[in-house]
Parts: sequence; C-alpha cells; structure tokens
Amino acid sequence: MNTLRNAFKKLLQYPSAIVGLFVIFMLVAVAVYTMVTIPYSEAIRLWRGGEEVWYQNPKFAPPAWINLFSSSKYSESFAVNTSDRQMVKKVTSGNGGTSTIEMSYAFDFSYDVYPQEMILYLTTTFLEKQPFVSIELLTPDGRKIRVGNFAIGREFTYRFSQDEKLRTKLRAEDVIPALFSMPGTDVPLKGEYELLITGITFEPDSDINVDFILHGQVFGLAGTDHARRDLTLPLLWGVPVALAFGLLASMGTSILTMIIAAVGAWYAGWVDELIQRITEVNLVLPFFAILIMIGTFYSRSIWVILGATILLSIFTGAIKGYRAIFLQVKESMYIEAARAYGASNPRIIFLYLIPRMIPLLIPSLVQSIPAFVFLEASLAVIGLGDPVLPTWGKIIQDANSNGALYKGYYYWILEPAVLLMITGLAFAVLGFALDRIFNPKLRDI
Amino acid sequence: MAVATQTPEEGVGVKKISRNSTLLRIFRYVVVRLFTLFITIVIGIYLTIVIANMGGYVDQIMRSEINDRITQSFAANPATQQMDPAVRKKLIQEKIALEEKRLGLNTPIAIRNARYLSNALLLNLGRAINMTSDSGSKQVRLIILERLPATLLLMGTSQLFLFFSSIFIALSLSRNYGNIWDKVVIALSPTSAVPPWFYGIFLILIFSAALKILPFGGMVDSPPPPNTFDYSISVLKHLILPGFSLVISSFFISVYNYRTFFLIYSSEDYVDMAKAKGLPSRDIERTYILRPTLPTIITNFSLIIITLWTGALFTETVFLWPGLGRTLFRAIGLYDIPIIVGSTIIYAYLLAMTVFLLDFVYALVDPRVKIGQ
Repeated sequence: MNTLRNAFKKLLQYPSAIVGLFVIFMLVAVAVYTMVTIPYSEAIRLWRGGEEVWYQNPKFAPPAWINLFSSSKYSESFAVNTSDRQMVKKVTSGNGGTSTIEMSYAFDFSYDVYPQEMILYLTTTFLEKQPFVSIELLTPDGRKIRVGNFAIGREFTYRFSQDEKLRTKLRAEDVIPALFSMPGTDVPLKGEYELLITGITFEPDSDINVDFILHGQVFGLAGTDHARRDLTLPLLWGVPVALAFGLLASMGTSILTMIIAAVGAWYAGWVDELIQRITEVNLVLPFFAILIMIGTFYSRSIWVILGATILLSIFTGAIKGYRAIFLQVKESMYIEAARAYGASNPRIIFLYLIPRMIPLLIPSLVQSIPAFVFLEASLAVIGLGDPVLPTWGKIIQDANSNGALYKGYYYWILEPAVLLMITGLAFAVLGFALDRIFNPKLRDI
Repeated sequence: MAVATQTPEEGVGVKKISRNSTLLRIFRYVVVRLFTLFITIVIGIYLTIVIANMGGYVDQIMRSEINDRITQSFAANPATQQMDPAVRKKLIQEKIALEEKRLGLNTPIAIRNARYLSNALLLNLGRAINMTSDSGSKQVRLIILERLPATLLLMGTSQLFLFFSSIFIALSLSRNYGNIWDKVVIALSPTSAVPPWFYGIFLILIFSAALKILPFGGMVDSPPPPNTFDYSISVLKHLILPGFSLVISSFFISVYNYRTFFLIYSSEDYVDMAKAKGLPSRDIERTYILRPTLPTIITNFSLIIITLWTGALFTETVFLWPGLGRTLFRAIGLYDIPIIVGSTIIYAYLLAMTVFLLDFVYALVDPRVKIGQ
C-alpha cells in the first residue's frame, strides 16, 4: 500500500501525468453522464433510427460553433411547432362553424450562406371537409411572397425547395436562395423574416398544427452526418465504449498474462513447456487477419471481438518477460519460508508471487490501453465495427465511406479523431510516467 | 516496433570442450529446434485454416451463396426461362453440384483441412477460390507476387528509414542525454500510441484536402504516366503520405527505446573504464556500446524484415494502397481460404527461419552465447 502511495506522490511530479489523469477523469465523468442521460436502448434506437427520428436535422451540417471562426456565417437550423407554443397561433371563429387560424413565426436571418431547406409538417383534424391553408413569407424589406395555397389532408408535408410552381413564380434556379435574397441578386438579404400560415377550417372541432423546420448549414454542438443524425450521440456514446473496450481488453490481457506466466514459472516442467509452445504458435497466427475473419464470418459484436482480442493477446512476448522475473522471485527467501510453513501452490502463486509484480503490471496495463482503444476504431474503419453501437470508429468509417475528406466535411472526421487522440494520449502519457516511476532500470535516465 | 531491452543471455561457456562434442551438441540442437519449429508451424497453420472456415460455418455461407447465384442466373436467363420446370430444376442442381465440386465443398471438411495443411506446408499455394490477380490469373502465387512490390515499396522504405534513422538519432541522444532534444523525444514518445492510419487521416486532411499538393490515395496517377520517369515521380508522390504516417507513428517511441537501451549499456563498468583510459568516444561507442547491443539490434532488424511481408492492413486501406494487407482483407471478405492460408504460411516460414538463424547469429556476434546451452 505504501509503495502505491509513494508512487502516486511521485506521479504528481510529472505535469504530463497530471494532465493525463485529469483527462481520464473527465472522460470517466462524461461516460457516466452519457450512460445516465442516454440509456443504452435509447442510444441504439436513435443511432439506428432513420428519417422518422432525425427529420428535423439537416444533412452534412458542421457544428454551429464554426461560425465563430468563419468570416461568412452559415445559417443555423431550427425546428418550431405550434403545439408547444413556440409559434404564435391565433384562432378566430367565423360563422357557420368556420374559423380562421393564423400562425406566424418570426425568425432572424443574418447569415451569409442560404439554408439547405425549409419544411412544413402540417397535421389537421377534421371529419369531412379538408381545411385550406395559405403560406406567405414576409421579407425584411417589406415584400410579401405568396408561397402557396392548398387544401390539406390529415398529414401534409410541404418542402419549399421541391415546389415547382413557386420556383417558376420566383423565376429562379432554386427556391431557397430566391426566397432569402432581393430579386435579381444572389446575396442573402439579412434581417427578420416572418412566416405566415393562414388556415381556414370548415368544421367546429377542426384544427391545424404546424411543425416548421429550417435545415440550415450548421447544426448543434457536433453537426450531423449523411443520415441527419446528430453527431453528439455517437461522440458521447463513444466515450464509454472506448473506455470499456480499452480497459477490459488491457486488464484481461495483462492480468491473464501475469497469472499464466506465474503458473508456468511456479510449476515448471511440462506446464511451463506447454505455455512456451503456445506462445510460439501464437506468434505464427496472423492477429489482424484472425480478428477480421471473426468479424466477417462470425460476429461483429464488440464483446466477441473483445474476447478474441484478449485470447490472442495473452500469449505474446510479455509472457516471457514476466516468466523471467517470476523465475528470479521464485528463488527468494520469503517464498522459501512460505514453502516451509506448507503454503499451497495456489496460495503461493496468488498471494506471494503475483502481488510482487503489481508495480510492473500497472504501467504496462495503462500503456496498452491506447492500443486497444485504437484497435476498436481500426476495425470499425475497415467496416467491422459493432453494427449497433454508436462509436467513434463508426463515425470515421461513415465519414470515410461518404468521402468526407474529398467533399470538405472535415468536422465529421476531426471530431471523433480528436477525441480518440485525446483518449489515447491521456493513457499513453500516464502509462509513460508510471513506467518511469516503477521501472527501476529507467529511474535515472 | 517494440525494442527488447533485455541483456543477452549470459551463457557461461566451459572452455575445455572437445571439437567433437561441440558438433554433436550443435547437431542435436539443430534437430530439436527445427522439429519444434515445424510442429509450431503445423499447429499455427492448422488453427488458421480452422478459423478461416469457422469450423465449417463458412461452408454454409458459401453453399447458400452458390445456390442463390445459380438460381438467380437461371431466372434471369431468357434461354432457360422457357424450359420445363423439372428439366430446369435438374439443370440447376447439376450446376450447383459442379460449382460445389469446383470449390471442393463436396469433400468432408476434415479432409479438406488436411489437404490445405499439407499443400500449405509444401508451399503448394494452389488456386484462389474467388479472387483473381490483375493480370487475370487465379494462382495464389501470382496474386501474392503481384501485390508484393507495392507492399515492399511502402513498408520497405518506411521501416528501413525508421530503423536506421532511429538508431542513428538514438546514439547521438545517448551521447549527450538530458539535453533539449532528448527531452523533446521523451515528451513526444507517447504519441506513438496512435496507429499509422490515424496519422494518415490527418495527413490526408492537411496535404490532400486542404493544401491540395499530394494525392489522396492510390499508388500511381490515373491514367498512369507512360514513361518510366514520370511514372516513378508519380509513385513517389503517392508514397510520401502513407510512408510518412508509418514512420511518424513509431518514430519517437523507437528513438526513445533505443536511446534508453544504449544508455543502459553505456552505464556498464567497462564503459567507464574505457572512458577513464581516455579512449575516443567514437571508439567507445563502437566497441563497448554497439558491440554488446548487436544481438538485439539484429533481432529487431530481422523482425522488421519479416513484418514487411504482412503489409500494413489499415494504412493500406486508408490510403487505398494496393498492397498485401489489403489483398488479405479482400480475400477474407471473399472467403478465399487459399489466399489467407498462403499469406500465413509464408509469414510462418519466414518467422521460423529467422528465429532459427538468429540463434546462430547470436553465437557469431556474441562470444558469450553458445548454441544449444
């Protein structure tokens, strides 16, 4: 215990180790927060969800904060609706059961890049007579653009950019830029716009509700991908997955390696011989090829891959290193004493041999974590990531297969890459400091 | 590449051994060693074969795939659409049986595995199941040989550069350790936790996407330049980014490890003794530091040479480099067991040969080591 406390004190002399520890602590906090706020099943439902879950988001939208660094401002996305009072809704009843429903939403548009799309989702209640709706857009310079009038069914989706009639009326190539600029120019007109939706219902209990969605060029904290998914979800969920995979794989590997090395060194004879031969066979086995085969033929579940990784990583060169040290420890006096009082073999192995090695185990365990974190990402990048889990590697793979680098969606790759890098480096830096503390050979150099 | 930092085995040689018994000892050692290595390879390859068909599970995938493909082709072919259903069914069955026979699916899996094993051990690589080389051959040997130059070019340049530059820099760092460069290397060595393909993505982003001065991937421009000079220039341009990412991802840890390794050796008493005698530092380095570290350096070098063979799967994938790693990956995707086994057996033989020869090399360069003791 004392050695550990001393080691911790020494660790605090390394500024890099403090930074590493701090980052790891933050990552753990984020992991816990994520698992509490977005439960596993919810995360998977959202991640696997299609248009019906993510219809409110634009595609390929970088995060909104890039506007802070960019000279031309990208329009931000928003989604409002009448049912929770984000839009003004005024109902005036007329005679004969008819009523007029006026809905309006004023929004500020002071960006340099036009939005991707504007969509209205109208839902109505009526028995027989369909309500009638007319849509208008008030521009900052006082023009009133009549967008369209139509009778609507129970559910109706209106996409501004798809309206051919509106396009002809505006005499423009594309609807959205024409709506947001002065006629005849192609610079966005900044100022306050107001969308007016006037509905007329012909039955007493008939009602109209509207979802107004503007797909901007930027979205939220992390942006969106090709399937309109908010990237904060996989970025957040990537934290627990990466930590769990890295920690479990490295702990499983290091601890099992140590136990097997101790058993081999203690029993010697054929047990030792067998372990050595298995290690040699394992050297011949192609590690990545086997993982890929398991991923391709059998299962891409992260737990199967984790198990295979641990199995293949136990019998490596590390076992020889541990064995050599165990052979030395085996000859020491206190082991002799334990034997003399009649301690059983397992007792000697687990209570006397292995605890002696913990100082050596800790640095190598921490140092091997980044390799496993990146292994999961590597497998995901070649398309063998877990099919259901949202992870960092999956984001990179999606981005890569959608040509993010060619098309300039840098945020899509950079966000998961930076997180992976931070995680990997935090453990590497900490492990490095631990190695220098615990490894007596490195003490002075 | 990890660098082993243990001291060579200190074999205490007994001086008075007659020449005869030395030969006998070496002979016995060679026989036992070759035998164990051979058994190791047999087990390793057999395991690979078993994993490559998942104990027969892949057979089912292939069977249903054949079934689907042939039924589909019959359904799509106007000539067979008009046929009597019974005749057509019989034809389909025959075609499926033929295809299964071609792929060897009609022989029991144990026999097939044994055949794969014996063919592999005899380096009789045989024919691929689904893949073909660019020149149209199905010979596994040709498919592998076609991709070998690409991998050797990428891995060879990057790994050899890495090896020699890190030893050279490590030596100069260990000469005056504690200076600013030494500290920089120590501080940067944790960056090697990041794999090469990951640096690759960043490099592509900077040099290809943003600056547009280097190609995104591939090995040569498309269409390839007609004359040899332009062709090599184009290949070199494509080589820069993948090569650099392979080097940068292990550079600092490699320098750090060699530096530490040299420092451990230069704190030996005999080095202090040599310094006290006033020997020039270049002589000290050559005779007292490099000489005893030679076995480890040779081991690392030979391991580098054999890992060239495996290629860099992920880096090749990110850079679309047509090397062996990507071929192996594609072979797995196409259930092409002969290619998987072929690539593994060559690696296994190279590894076994290297391990075997290294023992003799140790004995040659280090007089303290005696073979078979």
